[in-house]
Amino acid sequence: MTLKDIAVKNLWRRKGKSFFILAGLVIAVATVVGLISFVTAMTHTINHQLEKYGANILIVPKTDNLALTYGGMTLGGVAFKTREIRESDLAGIATIKDAASIAAMGPVVLGGVEIENRHALLAGIDFDATRILKPWWKVSGALPGPDEVLLGAETARILGLGIHEPVSIKGRVMSVAGVLAPTGSQDDQLIFTTMGTAQVLLDKPGVVSMVEVAALCNACPVEEMVAQISEKLPDAKTMAIQQVVRGRMETLSHFQRFSYLISGIVVFIGGLVVLVTMMGSVRERTEEIGIFRAIGFRKKDVMEITFIEAAVLSAIGGLLGYLLGYGATRLGFLLLAKKEAATVLLNPTLAAGALLMAMAVGLAASAYPAFMAARMDPSRALRSL
Amino acid sequence: MRHIIVEHLSKIYGSGDSQVAAVSNMNFTIDSGEFVGVMGESGAGKSTLLSVLGAMNTPSAGRYLVDGIDVYGLSQEKQADFRREFLGFVFQRFHLIPYLAVLENVMLPLTCADMNRRDKQARARSALSVVGLENKWKRLPSEISGGENERVAVARAIVNDPPILLADEPTGNLDSRNTGEMMKLLCRLNENGATIVMVTHSTECVAYAGRVMTLADGKLVSEGRPPIEVVSAALNIGSPPTAGT
Repeated sequence: MTLKDIAVKNLWRRKGKSFFILAGLVIAVATVVGLISFVTAMTHTINHQLEKYGANILIVPKTDNLALTYGGMTLGGVAFKTREIRESDLAGIATIKDAASIAAMGPVVLGGVEIENRHALLAGIDFDATRILKPWWKVSGALPGPDEVLLGAETARILGLGIHEPVSIKGRVMSVAGVLAPTGSQDDQLIFTTMGTAQVLLDKPGVVSMVEVAALCNACPVEEMVAQISEKLPDAKTMAIQQVVRGRMETLSHFQRFSYLISGIVVFIGGLVVLVTMMGSVRERTEEIGIFRAIGFRKKDVMEITFIEAAVLSAIGGLLGYLLGYGATRLGFLLLAKKEAATVLLNPTLAAGALLMAMAVGLAASAYPAFMAARMDPSRALRSL
Repeated sequence: MRHIIVEHLSKIYGSGDSQVAAVSNMNFTIDSGEFVGVMGESGAGKSTLLSVLGAMNTPSAGRYLVDGIDVYGLSQEKQADFRREFLGFVFQRFHLIPYLAVLENVMLPLTCADMNRRDKQARARSALSVVGLENKWKRLPSEISGGENERVAVARAIVNDPPILLADEPTGNLDSRNTGEMMKLLCRLNENGATIVMVTHSTECVAYAGRVMTLADGKLVSEGRPPIEVVSAALNIGSPPTAGT
């Protein structure tokens, strides 16, 4: 016979009360786990969706120019000491601490060309990276090869060019491989070709005009990645596209704040359920506690019985609560957003956290009832004495 | 040898005008191995006296010494240790734990003892054999008779081999046959060296005691051997008393 035996047998005998305490803990833990799983899955989903927004870091050559742009109109400018970005320098970006968070990196070389007596902007890009950086692109025809170009919608209209038609750029005859559907961006007014072809045509071998980077990192802010890239490319200016970053952070922090608030309320209520039920249980067991004290149990022994009972229920409640929370979240996603259900995963850290939280709530809420039980006067508890 | 010494013991409940002296300036000693019966009308202070002797009710005044130990000079936790090591309780209403089997109930005082489970079980089985219930160790209290419940309570009281047994109306819920058996059991324990203090209303039961203390209004009004007519009456309920000093 040990204190543990007494506690377990008592729980078994008072199944109704035990179940009530368990239910309180399970609901509290399940709610917290459910909300955290939901927020985690939503974070993943939002990140995934934000990927579609394309690049969120821009690397441009350092310049001492002031921008002469107002209201979308470029008024020109004078360049002083513009430093070039060498294509070979970009390899350093792959070695930054958070390199794994870089989804795509797209160097761009830009330069003016003349086509049929009209000025146009030629962009040499990496079309593989562009699939990630600009997932909204819709191309009629195909992406261009070395002697081919892709025309922006507006360029094609103004130049009157269509797919497979020849176009001469700086004396080199190229073919229109495809036309970009209107995007509403500057891309509509560009002529795209491969990086190598553009560098030759623009006479900029090994040089890039700017680099677009899509970086997604939950644990590290984009600003941190900007700092890491800046360290690798000291002659370039690296900027975060703040609107996208801030918008994403705000959305996530709203979700988190909401879930923490709800979790706090539910855990508090769960704790109250444990406290009230345990108090009732101690009162019901007045005589029993009197017997324990009369036959020589110390106060700490009586407290220990109460705490063992709370610990057993809390452990079971934590485990069941985690499974219920996980199951409910997964079920919810399966019913409402089937595609995202796979992002709700069994998380051992969360399971351990749920167990610890249940234990903390259960034991904290049982402290006062345990204290009440321990300080019970045995002669009053045993009225027959 | 003086085993228990009670000096100027008082226990007062309430305060001001509503004060009630449940025990008032009581003095007595009990020798080791004595069987003392405590009698008195309801409200005479018997139960209060027993709870004070049981180290569960701090007196308002006076001293209570057991083997030279000032019991109420001990801390509350030490008083709990004292109860476990020196005292065995037999309650009128048995006070068994309903969800524990007979053997487990008997093992309860050993719960916090520094011994392994097997030794605890062996001692509990031994105590059960003393009260003749070794075959019912698996039963729950609700599955055995009232007399058997009382014997389980006695087994629990003696399992840690305490020198003093405190019995509060141990036959109060028993029929005459079980009463006789219970008293014989207490006498046997007394013969084996236990000091017994038994509170009872029953003149038949008190006949088994070697000394009777009579209380009235919280005071000790008389003490001595049980009257001969009481002993004679006891003959009608079973074997004549042989125990007591």
